[in-house]
Amino acid sequence: MIKIKNLEASIDDKTILKGIDMEIPAGEVHVIMGRNGSGKSTLANVIAGNEAYEVDGGSISMNDTDITEMSIENRALEGIFLCFQYPVAIPGVGMAYFLRSALNAHRKHQGKDEMDALEFLNNAKAILSELGLDDSFLKRSINDGFSGGEKKKSEILQLLTINPKLAVLDETDSGLDVDALRTVAKGVNKFKNENNSVLIITHYQRLLNYIKPDVVHLMIDGKIVESGDMSLVEKVEKDGYSWLEK
Amino acid sequence: MVDKNQQVIDKTLEQEYKYGFTTDIDQTKFDPGLNEEVITKLSRIKNEPKWLLEWRLKAFKNWKKMSEPTWAKIEYEPIDYQALSYYAAPKQKKNDSLDDVDPEILETYNKLGISLDEQKRLEGVAVDAVFDSVSIATTFKEELAKHGIIFCSFSEAVHDHPELIKKYLGSVIPATDNYFAALNSAVFSDGSFVYIPKGVRCPMELSTYFRINATNTGQFERTLIVADEGSYVSYLEGCTAPMRDENQLHAACVELVAHKDATIKYSTIQNWYSGDKEGKGGIYNFVTKRGTCLGDNSKISWTQVETGSAITWKYPSVIMQGDNSVGEFYSVAVTKNKQQADTGTKMIHMGKNTKSTIITKGISAGEGQNTYRGGVKILKKAENAQNFSQCDSILIGDKCGAHTFPYIDVKNPSAKMEHEATTSSIGEDQLFYCNQRGIKLDDAVSMIVNGFCKEVFEELPMEFAVEAKQLIEVTLENSVG
Repeated sequence: MIKIKNLEASIDDKTILKGIDMEIPAGEVHVIMGRNGSGKSTLANVIAGNEAYEVDGGSISMNDTDITEMSIENRALEGIFLCFQYPVAIPGVGMAYFLRSALNAHRKHQGKDEMDALEFLNNAKAILSELGLDDSFLKRSINDGFSGGEKKKSEILQLLTINPKLAVLDETDSGLDVDALRTVAKGVNKFKNENNSVLIITHYQRLLNYIKPDVVHLMIDGKIVESGDMSLVEKVEKDGYSWLEK
Repeated sequence: MVDKNQQVIDKTLEQEYKYGFTTDIDQTKFDPGLNEEVITKLSRIKNEPKWLLEWRLKAFKNWKKMSEPTWAKIEYEPIDYQALSYYAAPKQKKNDSLDDVDPEILETYNKLGISLDEQKRLEGVAVDAVFDSVSIATTFKEELAKHGIIFCSFSEAVHDHPELIKKYLGSVIPATDNYFAALNSAVFSDGSFVYIPKGVRCPMELSTYFRINATNTGQFERTLIVADEGSYVSYLEGCTAPMRDENQLHAACVELVAHKDATIKYSTIQNWYSGDKEGKGGIYNFVTKRGTCLGDNSKISWTQVETGSAITWKYPSVIMQGDNSVGEFYSVAVTKNKQQADTGTKMIHMGKNTKSTIITKGISAGEGQNTYRGGVKILKKAENAQNFSQCDSILIGDKCGAHTFPYIDVKNPSAKMEHEATTSSIGEDQLFYCNQRGIKLDDAVSMIVNGFCKEVFEELPMEFAVEAKQLIEVTLENSVG
């Protein structure tokens, strides 16, 4: 699915990623954990093509297509979806309109017909009820006045509607109460299948109690220093990260 | 990212003005120049009563003593008033049947998307079409007459309803009000007149479509709308002009009178030619618009979408004279390339429990300069007056400007005033968010701007809200117009 080779990236001339190597095959869920400032969110943004960051070396490819230089929207259309840590509000732009525009951009790219309003609505309503959200959610402006939980649920609604190949969850679990966390996890589990991949960026074990990862990576100072299974998560919860620096 | 966005935005700003064509017709046109003889000749062509000629001449006399206002934040080459022609009209005279209208002119309106043929006309909208200095046709007149509604050209009204014209002309905007209003009072050529009788709710939208075609000519129209007790009317004006290298002057006056319990909703979609990328050509739009809420419980609501003109100087205002009367102003003003807009409103509270709302959205792109200038005045007798003002600006690129000048004058301590103002750039984070969802940059810009304007668009009659939205899209982005 996605292959990252020796990726280096910086922002405002400050190097953040110092050679990341990682491969997530289809059907797998990977987790990246690390301290604040270790470069986790930078990696998520660089995968999505955020041009605030400069790629200084290495490459990213999706299903053997090199996307390192690709525009944000084209890599989105190639199947990369970022669940934002802080989804931005766009006042006056309705959820339904936004989501349908996004979905139809993807469908057009895939050579499919645009989805009409009715089909879209039925589709969205089904997802909304699973997320425990009211239909009126679609009438609100994107992320405008949303609570923390609503913002993250809105990201999951978008994930399930667009149905991309790779979902990158950038601290989607932070600031959520237990119920919202369960709902988000339920959404991600619904999304995942043998043909797509998930990359979870998190500080905590709690989301991983609901979504079982195949591989866990630990990141320190812009590098992946350790990869393994779920036992790494437990070790980090218990001992922190300092043992990795020895 | 900034560079790439700028490229897309620059590209979209080069969008051609699709109404820029000219119509080749036989016309009667005055030689350039302005003096008493010209005004007398104009009045004679229109076969006007003596009192009106005198009214014009008096306005002209005053105008000569006045000087052009300089307080607005706009810069332009001095206007040579003697180099302009003050009357241009297609040779064929206006007639009762559309068959008599020059087919070239009908074709012009068809090209503008305005069908004057009632059969093909958008249902529920009556149109008065003003071409240069004269009204060409007014649709649905008979239908409206059944309700006692008068909707006709100003010139016709002078002949057919002199008592109403005499009573209301200049009653809201005195002939000496300001430099451009005085000029208009002296030389106005045509426009629309509307009278809604007591207790009548106008069954359709009324609209006037203004088209400047002739070269080197000023357009000076005058619109007067009177809503008698308990009546309701929604009125819309649209404007376009050909692309020309020289600047053309448009100085209009619009007067609204709302009697007791009456409501007037006045919407404008202004899309005069704005000049080219270098700022060459375009309309100078100096307009005086004012309404009086004469009776208790009356309401006047202005909604404007201003995307055209090289210069816009315009402050639709409401004088709330009656108790419990309401004044509203909703505005979207877009400036791109070298366009300059200095626009806003004046809300004057005289009666008790009067209430005004001001919501403005300024969008500046390219090297555009966008100024909001608004005044709220609460007079001594206006017990419990309320005003809410919200003035938001959005900047696209780094060469444009947004300015806000709110003036507040409160003479009664019971007044409640609220003022909010924001200025923001289209956020890189908003664009990133849209792009990440597969939405292209130019679609994202248009989506964000339309969202920004939503509160104002919601005030437009439904048919025109769609038009306004599309206009913003065409103005700011690269979609096919």
